Parts: sequence; structure tokens; C-alpha cells
Amino acid sequence: MGDNRVLLSLRGVKTYFPVRKGVFRRTVAHVKAVDGVDLDVYEGETLGLVGESGCGKSTLGRSILQLTETSGGEIWYDSGEGRKNLCTISRREMNWARRKMQIVFQDPHSSLNPAFTVFGSLQDPLRKFGIKSRVERRKIVGDLLESVNMRREYMDRYPHELSGGQRQRIGIARALCVDPALVVCDEAVSALDVSIRAQVLNLLLELKKQRSLTYLFISHDLSVVEYVSDRIAVMYLGKIVELADSDVLYAEARHPYTQALLSAIPVVDPERKTRRIVLEGDVPSPVNPPSGCPFHPRCRYRMDRCTTEVPLLRKYVKNGRDHFVSCHLAEE
Amino acid sequence: MMGTMENDTLVTVRNLKIFIYTDNRCNKAVNDVSLSIRKGKTLCVVGESGCGKSITASSIMRLLPELGRIEEGEIIYHGEKKEIRIDQLEPKGRVMRSLRGSQLSMVFQDPMTALNPVYTIGFQIMESLLYHMTLTRPEMRKRTLALLKDMGVPIPEQRMYEYPHQLSGGMRQRAMIAMAMACDPKVLIADEPTTALDVTIQAQVFDLMKELQRKHNTAIMLITHDMGVVAEMADDVVVMYMGNIVEKGTVDEVFRTPRHPYTVNLLRSIPVLGRGRDQKLNPIRGSTPDPYDRPKGCQFAPRCDYATAVCQEKMPPEEVVDTTHLVRCWNHGKVSSNGR
Amino acid sequence: MMRLMLRGSQNRLMRKMDRIRTAEEAGTIKTHSGGRVLRSMLHNPLSIFGLIAFFVIVATAIAAPLITRYGPMQINLSGVLKPPSLQHLFGTDKLGRDIFSRVLYGGRISILIGLGSALGAAVIGVALGAYGGYKGGWIDTIFLHLSEMFMSFPQIILVLLLVTIVGQSTNNLIIIFITTGWGSTYRMTRARMLSVREEEYAVALKSFGLNDFLICYKHLLPNALGPIMVNITLNTAMFILQEAALSFLGLGVPLQFASWGNILNVANDLTVLQNYWWIWLPVGVVISLFVLSVNFIGDGLHDSSDPSQQG
Repeated sequence: MGDNRVLLSLRGVKTYFPVRKGVFRRTVAHVKAVDGVDLDVYEGETLGLVGESGCGKSTLGRSILQLTETSGGEIWYDSGEGRKNLCTISRREMNWARRKMQIVFQDPHSSLNPAFTVFGSLQDPLRKFGIKSRVERRKIVGDLLESVNMRREYMDRYPHELSGGQRQRIGIARALCVDPALVVCDEAVSALDVSIRAQVLNLLLELKKQRSLTYLFISHDLSVVEYVSDRIAVMYLGKIVELADSDVLYAEARHPYTQALLSAIPVVDPERKTRRIVLEGDVPSPVNPPSGCPFHPRCRYRMDRCTTEVPLLRKYVKNGRDHFVSCHLAEE
Repeated sequence: MMGTMENDTLVTVRNLKIFIYTDNRCNKAVNDVSLSIRKGKTLCVVGESGCGKSITASSIMRLLPELGRIEEGEIIYHGEKKEIRIDQLEPKGRVMRSLRGSQLSMVFQDPMTALNPVYTIGFQIMESLLYHMTLTRPEMRKRTLALLKDMGVPIPEQRMYEYPHQLSGGMRQRAMIAMAMACDPKVLIADEPTTALDVTIQAQVFDLMKELQRKHNTAIMLITHDMGVVAEMADDVVVMYMGNIVEKGTVDEVFRTPRHPYTVNLLRSIPVLGRGRDQKLNPIRGSTPDPYDRPKGCQFAPRCDYATAVCQEKMPPEEVVDTTHLVRCWNHGKVSSNGR
Repeated sequence: MMRLMLRGSQNRLMRKMDRIRTAEEAGTIKTHSGGRVLRSMLHNPLSIFGLIAFFVIVATAIAAPLITRYGPMQINLSGVLKPPSLQHLFGTDKLGRDIFSRVLYGGRISILIGLGSALGAAVIGVALGAYGGYKGGWIDTIFLHLSEMFMSFPQIILVLLLVTIVGQSTNNLIIIFITTGWGSTYRMTRARMLSVREEEYAVALKSFGLNDFLICYKHLLPNALGPIMVNITLNTAMFILQEAALSFLGLGVPLQFASWGNILNVANDLTVLQNYWWIWLPVGVVISLFVLSVNFIGDGLHDSSDPSQQG
């Protein structure tokens, strides 16, 4: 992956949400949804982002697209003609950037406007990006529908006339209507029936090949992420704890959380009934993250150092492949 | 009515039909379902949305929605002293209410909406004890503490007096399981109990359920859409599609030698952890039919690669593949389960 | 007794289910596509009653010249205070005016004031509520405080002020009602907007960098309209009652015109109240009937657009 260009580069990205209490709405604490993330996304890859609730993966996806304002750090987008920091660019430049990055959402029931037909929902973005004639817009929308394996006539249907899988495909068509380079899939298949999931996943892979897209695939379902991703980043409480190629991650996970996560997933193989690692305690809240390593309260290998010192994300190279881990134990 | 009633069967469901009447339409949500729940074993009912698994579970507890009705069939509870026809009881009557909580209990999907937000969890657990058992207050409190401790709730003396919103998702689910297990029921029905929880918490909850089963010999009926969960938890499996059971048997039989095209295709369309990017996912073509506009004959026929003319005409009967392995398919002999 | 009633309704439900089942199995079930709201309203007896009453009253008010040959202000001093008869259905008042025609023509003005004010209030309330609710932040706070100020202003004082400064007129009344009444529509729109803006399609529109006004008014507002329509109908009824009250006090529609409230105005006088019931009772019944029917329609709209009320 190293020979491909870096499309997106995150350095120290933080997104905090203030918690306001009292009559005067004073800020008493912060929800540290994203707490210092460094990440490089290479052009043409699918980077999987996994973690459980509260880990910040969805917030990170939205922060990259500037749908949520970041509280610190830099997000560099390199289109091939120079880099721009998405957190600081002007509004006009942001409009240009919006064409390059899009998002596919989770919930097929609320991802489309119930008051508009499919064409109605899709034509305004096209209009904004310069397609003035209605005839041309209809042609483009029709082409988009066909590219997601739906018939053109569906553009005059309302969302309530479509099934969950169909709505999700329209969500994908919508993301592609401005011809982006980067697509963030935020739990794009999690709300679908199991038998429809495979359809949509295969569609996403096909589209990626056809249009040379780069995906940031966010999900809590590691089995799905492993199927689609080239590399996988594991997040816990707003930080990335491990990042490696997906086969390396599965075979040689080095962070205790990743190991626990992998063994917790129920596998469709009745012979493998035993589960090895069951974590104690609950997924903690990002309002008051633990000191030092965020995982230390639940970690079996916890040492004294872990309670005070935040481990850095360090790179280890094995067989020419990069493997990032933030764990004091891994360092030793 | 065939064969002898095995004495380790707790609940027998026979030819059950449940129709839901909303919007002046009749939805045949459950259309001839037969299954049995065995003592000390876990039965997993697996299927996708619209297959009728939740309705079947709710009907055993007689907790159907107001516009739902049991049309035909029997639900028999084999109690210690006698057999009770649950389907003939008054849902809000004395007999059914005495069964609920003490012999049969249920755990729901979303603990936040299933627990009453204005009462402490200790209170809610004790309510069940109060109604079904004759204990003094201090005895009830002691039992509640013991229950919470069994469920792995840390500092139960404090948690007893807390409200649901003060607990995390995993804790709430444990509290709900504590409520369900309070009177030591024979059957625990769990309707997608971990779908709303994180995977690491899910692992905890399932470990807990297995432990409880071991200790109390409780029968568990687990409703889920996740085949992985079935593989991990089930002894017996029932696969449902659009209101019918398409295949049932032990977990080994169904997973190793599936005979129904739906089961085979379902297993082939799920990404399995560890198989990486080279695995081939074969999606099931088409989508589930409109429940009000069902196909004639076998419900899966429009999406089935093995469909023949008879499949579109008549619903296949239950045929025996092996002693405990049954399947509803005209062409099950031709179904190959390799490729996995 | 209760148990018998419950049993009875349960049996009705069972029989209804049986009917649906046989129809479904015979393939004779009719599917209605679209207009679900209207259809379910037509099954609700109260809202049918409301709709009929409403339309009858509005139609007769509009068609007043065709129904009655007396003008509303036609004075006939030789036929004062006559009780109801075939010639004068509601009798005559102190100046010999035919009360029936005054009720019909008065209906025009009262309904106009009610509906006009409700629509005017809706325009302001929706415009501010939608944008404020969507944007949040300081704009929303300002609008919120504005609405509170206007809502808490005592209407009577405003009426008195305007009457003394600009004089009494129907237009002034409408202006006053709009000014003091937009708050409720504003609140409702804002509340709906707060939930709609969190929907994923709203975020998707943002991801395209579309203009805020476009997103707010074109895309999100249509989804908030349901409760707003109900609100408008209820406001109409409320304004009619308010007009009646003000006119009764002599502060509403100028007394030379007929409006429902003005007709009631004479009932200040105890002798009229006791001896000449036809002057105030019919008009009172018409007002109540109209307000009741509007409320039934509003209830029906609310129930039928609420998907949880099935059956």
C-alpha cells in the first residue's frame, strides 16, 4: 500500500462535544468522541474502521466530511493537485471538497426524504454542482440507478414504496451522484437483513472497482469489515489502538482489545464453540475516559505503567508490512 | 399427534397459525409452525425480519399484540403435574399470569424500553418474587441480591437501588435476565437479547445464559437473526422463513448438512471471520415478498435455485431427513451443501 | 358491567378479524392506495360529523345571498323583537334585523377572521420555527424569546391600544390575532424541525453543501407539515372564539357589521337574556357547533396520521 498516494491524512484529530448543565448552560465536561487520531488513508484502498459503541468511529467519519466540527487537529486532503486542510479551508473551497467526499448512511428508513421521490431527492445536489438542464439530470439519475442494479423507473417512486435493500442502494447512488473520490460507509449494511447484506456488499465492491473509489468502511461487525477491507483500524474510546492489513490483524492481533474483540465474535462454525477471552466490565463512557491507556480497566495484561501513561501508536514492520499498535505491552 | 411425548420436553408447539390484522388486512405471520423446547437445552429460532420468529415467541407467553390472534394449533406446556394448553388460556387470566414469571419468562431485545424507568431494578425484581412466591421482605431482598450477584452485577447492594438509566446497556440486560430468572423458571425465552449490545458485552451475556442453563437446567428459546450466535449457543435449531419453519434439527445437522435451499444460501451469504477477502459471498437473489402478497406454494420458491413446478403450487410438507432433522422442501434431496 | 362491555368489544373485534380473514383468503380484499388519512377519517364517526357540520356552516355562509332575502343590516323598525317564525327563522332583533341572515353573513366575517388569522399566524410561525429549529444556536434562541414575548402579551391591552390609536376594524383584529397567536404554530413547527433535522437525509443534504434555506424550507419542512395542518384548524376555532369574546365586549368587529360575536353583543343586557332568547341562543349554538366540528376534524386528522392508532 505504500506506493499509493495518500489521499487523506489525519493528524491529532479531536472532536469533543460539550456537556452543558445548569440554568446558564455552563459546559461542565466534554464527550471526547474522537481523542487524538492519526491516520493515513491511501488512494484506492478500503480502510475498515471497527469498534464498539462509544469508540468514536462514526464521529470520526463525520468529522472527516466536516459534518461535525472538529475541536482540534488537521485533516489533509490531497487531490493530486496539492493538499488542503479541511478544518481550515474557506467555504468555497469546502464546496469543492464536498464533491470529492461523500457518505453512505446506516438506516435505510431515514436515509431518504419521505416527502420526495427518488429523483426529487437526487436532483438538488446535481443542480448545485452545475447540471442545469432537467433532462440531463434525469439521464444522470437514471444512469446512477442502473449502476446500483436498479431499474430507471424507480426514480419516480417514493421511499415508502421501496424495500430496505433498495433504499440503501439509492443511498449509495446518492453518494456517487457527484462522482466522489472518497466514500465513507457508516454502518452501511448493519441495518439490513442478513440475506440482503451480501447483495449490497458485493455492489459496493463492484462500484469501487468500476469507479476507482477509496472507501472508509465503518462498522461494528468485524466479519463484514474483514471481508471488504484491505487494512483495518481498531478504535477504542476515541483513539486508534491498532492498525494493520486485515489478514495480519486477524492472524496476529497485538492489542489486547483486538484480541478480545476477535474472540468475542460468534463464528458460524459449530465446531468452534469455545470463546477464549471474555472481557470484564462495561464499555466505558467517553465523557470520563480512564487515565493512561483507555483500555487498562478491562485489560488482562494491565501493568502499572498502563494506568498513568498513554501509549503511543507505534509502527512495527514485519515482512515488509506496517502494523501499528498502541500498547505498552507490545513495546516490550 | 404422533409418537410418545418425551418426558424432557417442556413446551410443544403444534401446527400453530397466528394472523395479524392491521390496516384491515390479514397477515399470515405464522403459518403452521411446530417445534419443541427441551429441558436444559437451547433452541435457537433463526430467521430474518418478517419470518415470524418474534411472534411465535410472544405467542408462547400469550403476549401477542392486540390485533394478533392465534387462529389454529396448540401450544402445550408440560408442567410437573399436568399439561396446560396455553393457546386456550385467557391471555390476561389467572392461570396464564401464574405461568408467566414463574414457569415461563421472557427477556426482550431493548432493555431500556423493557425496564420501567421510574422504578429501581431491585423493586422490579422483587415484584416478580412478590407475585409468585411467598417470602418475607428480608428474604426477598436477600434473594434479589443473590440473583444480581449470580448475574455478575458488581456491587449488587448498591445497584439494587439504582434506576435503569443509571446502568449501562449490558448491566440493564443482566438486570432483565435477573428479573426473568427470579422465580427460577423452567423456560427462558430470549427475543434477540443482545442485538442492541456490543459484541464484547454480547459475549458476556451469552456466557451468563449458558452458565444459568447449566446451574438451573433451564430450557432456553433464543430468537436471533445471527447465524454465528446460533452456532455458538444452540443445541437445536429452527430456521424460519415468511411464517414457516423451513428446516429444523440439531445444530450439527443444520449447519453441517443443511438441506433447505434457504439455509444453504443463508450460510453461503454471510462473511465469516477469518476467511478474509477471498471468500465468495453468494447473495440470495431477490428480496422477501410482501407479506400481503405472498407467493402461492413454497414461500421461498421465487428466490430458489432448485425451484420446480410443484414448488410454485403447493407448500411442501415436513419431511424427515434424519431422526431429528426435518425439512420443508420438495427438492431437498437435490440440495448440495458443499461449497462451504 | 365493565366486563360485559369489554367482552362485547372483544367479540366485535374477533368477528371483524374473521371477516377480514375470509375476505383475504377469497381474494376479495380491496387495497386502497394513497389517501389513507382521508379513508381512516371517514371511518371515524366523530370526524365525519365534524366534516359535515363544518362544510354545511361554511357553505351556508358563502351562499348567504342565495338562502336569505334579508340583508344583515336591513333595519325594519316595524318588526322589532319578533320571535322565530317562517319568515324570520331566527326571529328579529332590537332593530328589526333578521337574525338568521345576520348569522349567515356574520359567519362570513367570523370565519374569515378565524381562518385568515390562523393562516397568517401559520405563515409567520412556520417561517420562523422552521429556520430557527433547523439552525439552532443564537438565531433559535432569539426567535424563542421573541415568541415568548409575543405570546405573553395580554391581548386585551393590545386591542384597546389599537382601537384607540387606529380605530376599530376587522383588519386590525386580524393583525392583533396574528401578532399574539403565531407563537403556538411557531413552537410546534420548531419541535418537529428539531427531530426532522437529525434524520439521515437531512445530514446527507448537508454533505452536499446545499444552502441552508433550501434544505430547511424545501426538503425538511414538508415532513413537518402534518401537525401544522392540525394546528391551523385548531387555531381557526380558537380565533373565532376570541373574536366572539371581543365583539361581545364591543371591542371586536365594529358593531355595524354582523359577526357572530356582534350578534351576541346584545346579550349583555339581562332583559334580552331572559326574554328574547332567539337573539343569542341560535348564534351561540352555531359558534359552539362550528368550534366543536373543527375540533373533531382536528382530532380525526391527528388520529389518522398517527400510525400507532391502527385497526
